[in-house]
Amino acid sequence: MSAPLLEARAVDKHFGGVTALRDVSLTIEQGEIYGLIGPNGAGKTTFFNVLTGLYHPDGGEIVFAGDRLPASAPHKVAQRGIARTFQNIRLFANMTAMENVMVGRHVRTHAGVLGAVLLDPRTRREEAAIRRRAEELLHYVNIGDRADDLARHLSYGDQRRLEIARALASDPKLLALDEPAAGMNSVETRDLRELIEGIRADGITVLLIEHDVKLVMGLCDRVAVLDYGEKICEDVPAVVQKDPKVIEAYLGGSLA
Amino acid sequence: MMTPTQALDTWRHDKRAAIVATVVIGLLLAVFPIVIGAALGNSWLRILDFALLYIMLALGLNIVVGFAGLLDMGYIAFYAVGAYLYALLASPHFGLHLPVWLIIPAGAALAGLFGVLLGAPTLRLRGDYLAIVTLGFGEIVRIFLNNLNAPINVTNGPQGVSGIDAIHFGGITLAKPISVLGFTIPSLNAYYYLFLALALLIVFVTIRLENSRIGRAWVAIREDEIAAKSCGINTRNIKLLAFTMGASFGGVAGGLFAGFQGFVSPESFNLMESVMVLCMVVLGGMGNIAGVILGGILLTLLPEVFRHGAGPVQMALFGKIILDPEALRMLLFGLALVVVMLYRPAGIWPSNTRRREFRGESTDVLKEGE
Repeated sequence: MSAPLLEARAVDKHFGGVTALRDVSLTIEQGEIYGLIGPNGAGKTTFFNVLTGLYHPDGGEIVFAGDRLPASAPHKVAQRGIARTFQNIRLFANMTAMENVMVGRHVRTHAGVLGAVLLDPRTRREEAAIRRRAEELLHYVNIGDRADDLARHLSYGDQRRLEIARALASDPKLLALDEPAAGMNSVETRDLRELIEGIRADGITVLLIEHDVKLVMGLCDRVAVLDYGEKICEDVPAVVQKDPKVIEAYLGGSLA
Repeated sequence: MMTPTQALDTWRHDKRAAIVATVVIGLLLAVFPIVIGAALGNSWLRILDFALLYIMLALGLNIVVGFAGLLDMGYIAFYAVGAYLYALLASPHFGLHLPVWLIIPAGAALAGLFGVLLGAPTLRLRGDYLAIVTLGFGEIVRIFLNNLNAPINVTNGPQGVSGIDAIHFGGITLAKPISVLGFTIPSLNAYYYLFLALALLIVFVTIRLENSRIGRAWVAIREDEIAAKSCGINTRNIKLLAFTMGASFGGVAGGLFAGFQGFVSPESFNLMESVMVLCMVVLGGMGNIAGVILGGILLTLLPEVFRHGAGPVQMALFGKIILDPEALRMLLFGLALVVVMLYRPAGIWPSNTRRREFRGESTDVLKEGE
């Protein structure tokens, strides 16, 4: 088997006296859908933030596609091929859906001030390509008809889709989704599941934080469980579901 | 009746209408100073020239405040840098008389460098905090100019630099009437044409930037800096670029100001000036180029209208002058600002998105999601 796409090695993160992540190691293989679950406050989003460079880890390292990821440099992480969405949707609210996705192309395009002002043929071509790709992606996530609407005017579900389109615009190798199904009804969740499966079929590895256990167990190839900042289990869903430590974490051990 | 924004949209899509509109507007702009000069006299021509300088300043500040969302309260410092560079390199003060085509770009570059100097330490700041630091920066520059006359006399201190060379190209100086093909262009008109040309250049550059990858990155930072970072935008560089571009426009305007005025002193670059330029951007319509231009024109003209109008109006109404026009001027001006902010909170001519934002058309789904 080839080397894993992502390997987190003994990642630590403290906030003052609180340990948010302790010695978290996990590996994500190329092409899988990997779930990260755990009770509230277990450190899932903290792990995301360390992974994407928004937080500086206090220990450990993350190796992505063979190279160590730079710490505290979100734009470099995006450059290397990790794109993410946010638990509490962070779109560019007063830009159109189209513009949001176009911003997502930033990291794969090059025009500078001179190109922008002179609008030379190369910049023109690049601009046209950005627009074309953004249009494709909006259709891909099924909101092609909302291209000219402001992001803030989209429905909740469409905003989630737009955020995924924006993340895909950077041609990621790994797409990290932070609770994409939060607040969705069952129909929306089913559509989301189809979307994520489609993304995987296109060759993009998916890392998924999710509370909807049914979705995670049905969708993910492997699942890791965090509890109080520590990884307590990592396996295929069928095994994870029966793991006593996981049941304890979710249901409370002392009472059981 | 079409709204101005609709008219712009029409021109954008209809090539022939666009050409006709351009020719008509071009002719109007060309004839404008002649009409103003004949009807209202030279003092209004001067005000018109200043309005063009302020438009350049407002457009520069608009990049920082309107696009990138970084509140800069010390913007006039860049105007000062451009003006003093021109003053020192083309006046008897150091005995240097360098050509304009060299000084103006140098002024833009030096102001841009000052933009980086201001931007670099303030990268992590936003909103109120950034406003305080930039305000301090503006004052620091002014106080330096005021005190750099000892131990070595660089800026000539509070006396300022006088006898600055008028803007000239080779043997043609804009300080005297210029004869072209039998026509005589008075000095103030010549300055008008030069300033107009540069203002149009700045408008062009701004429009191109706004609709580019860089412009989108600026707005993305304004909207959500963390999301912008995660999209792969190097927010440090892109913010510094905003400061630099904005500052360089200020540097150009400053150089022109020095050559036009023939005299610069630190007093011309006080906090009130920064506030004025910021008002032009905010009142005109933050982020919308046309609105910012309108703001620049109105805020240059209004105080002058009040200054010149308050006396005669009082004479006609009461037969005597009750309130000193000079005192009344700022009072009326302040009132005008309050009225605009009450009735058009997004600015007189806001960008489309900001207008919607203020009108609250949305159901604001995004906020609920948080």
